[in-house]
Amino acid sequence: MSEITPAEWTAILLSLRVAVIATLVATPFGIALAWLLARYNFWGKSVLDALVHLPLVLPPVVTGYLLLLTLGRRGLVGAWLADHLGIVFAFRWTGAALACGVMSFPLLVRPIRLSIEAIDRKLEQAASTLGAAPWRVFATVTLPLALPGILAGMVLGFAKAIGEFGATITFVSNIPGETQVISSAIYSLIQTPDGDAAAMRLVIISVVIATAALIGSEWFARRATQRLHGN
Amino acid sequence: MLRVDVTKQLGEFSLEAAFTSEGRVTGLFGASGAGKSSLVGMIAGLLRPDRGIIALDDEILDDTARGVHVPPHRRRIGYVFQDARLFPHMNVAQNLDYGRRMNGLAADPSQQKRVTDLLDISHLLDRRPGKLSGGERQRVALGRALLSKPRLLLLDEPLGSLDEGRKIEILPYLVRLRDEANVPMVYVSHDPAELRQLATQIVMLRDGRVTALGGVKVLSGTTA
Repeated sequence: MSEITPAEWTAILLSLRVAVIATLVATPFGIALAWLLARYNFWGKSVLDALVHLPLVLPPVVTGYLLLLTLGRRGLVGAWLADHLGIVFAFRWTGAALACGVMSFPLLVRPIRLSIEAIDRKLEQAASTLGAAPWRVFATVTLPLALPGILAGMVLGFAKAIGEFGATITFVSNIPGETQVISSAIYSLIQTPDGDAAAMRLVIISVVIATAALIGSEWFARRATQRLHGN
Repeated sequence: MLRVDVTKQLGEFSLEAAFTSEGRVTGLFGASGAGKSSLVGMIAGLLRPDRGIIALDDEILDDTARGVHVPPHRRRIGYVFQDARLFPHMNVAQNLDYGRRMNGLAADPSQQKRVTDLLDISHLLDRRPGKLSGGERQRVALGRALLSKPRLLLLDEPLGSLDEGRKIEILPYLVRLRDEANVPMVYVSHDPAELRQLATQIVMLRDGRVTALGGVKVLSGTTA
């Protein structure tokens, strides 16, 4: 199999950039939401829970289209953002990151939520009797004990983000150098008569990244169990 | 001086307790389900009374009539739980140092050494709680609470999860603690023998009510 071409490198690097940014930006929101869902009962909780999981079950093209309707240049929120803050998502790589973030969000939130639910709240009580204010209890007990779950969620979310196709291509199209990620590059290549070899190279790279992410996620999950049992 | 006068409804169970203690070790005695843990939970600030007052020395910690409730982290009341509750992600040294860090106290190596020597835990500092025996865990929990420099130490059946042999192993440490640590304590137990050895004053609880107050002699005629 021949060398990876510059155009393919562009798609690979863009995929990595989009997935890294999507994961890093989504993680704080994911932790906050996981914490909310794990610890509190409030009106509309099941609706919020369903909303978070929606991208997992909706056809990705629907999610992408909804993003286009709301955050596109003429969308309700998109027009306001563009006019007032100069922020444009449509047909930009930032839009690809947004689409990936939304699509991978349920996979990010779930392991974090499970790891927060698994924390013995009596430990947090003990921390407060030792003088820790609520935010310090969170920073020194809750967060470190949830960390393996957070990392597992980030890895899974990253893997999902790097493989995202439907929502991304619907929302930001397939522009080489701007929004053409690995999956949309493969899609273009298999529609080109002599693109098979190039497509195969990108397919192998996808498989490698996804496999590494799954193994990483599994490893973090194992660490979580060990950590909670104090070894 | 600890002053408690509270009521609390917990499902079917109602707790209505009032006592004042000046003693070095106040023994809170009663069968399981008598309301002992709920009462210490309120003293620690983990539970809020429905009505009443809790005061330590000159400070009001709870006064429902005036809407006062000092949160647990500002009470400076140490709490040793029956199940130790050491932080599993920290080693023994970090567990011991936690209260000092959270209270923003200056490092005090001589105090740290005194406490670890008193409890015989100096050789455990690098270990994780998962690698400790039940008795060791409980001693570390005692040390952790002491090193947060509390004004009052609550011990909620600290020997409750240990078998007889381990209890005899820990009891001398508690006696030393009482005589050397200079922190007033509330010691919760359903075992009169334990309290006869440790307590200077007894508060007897039954079904959420105080049934007797006084010296350890009020324990006569009671069995575990």
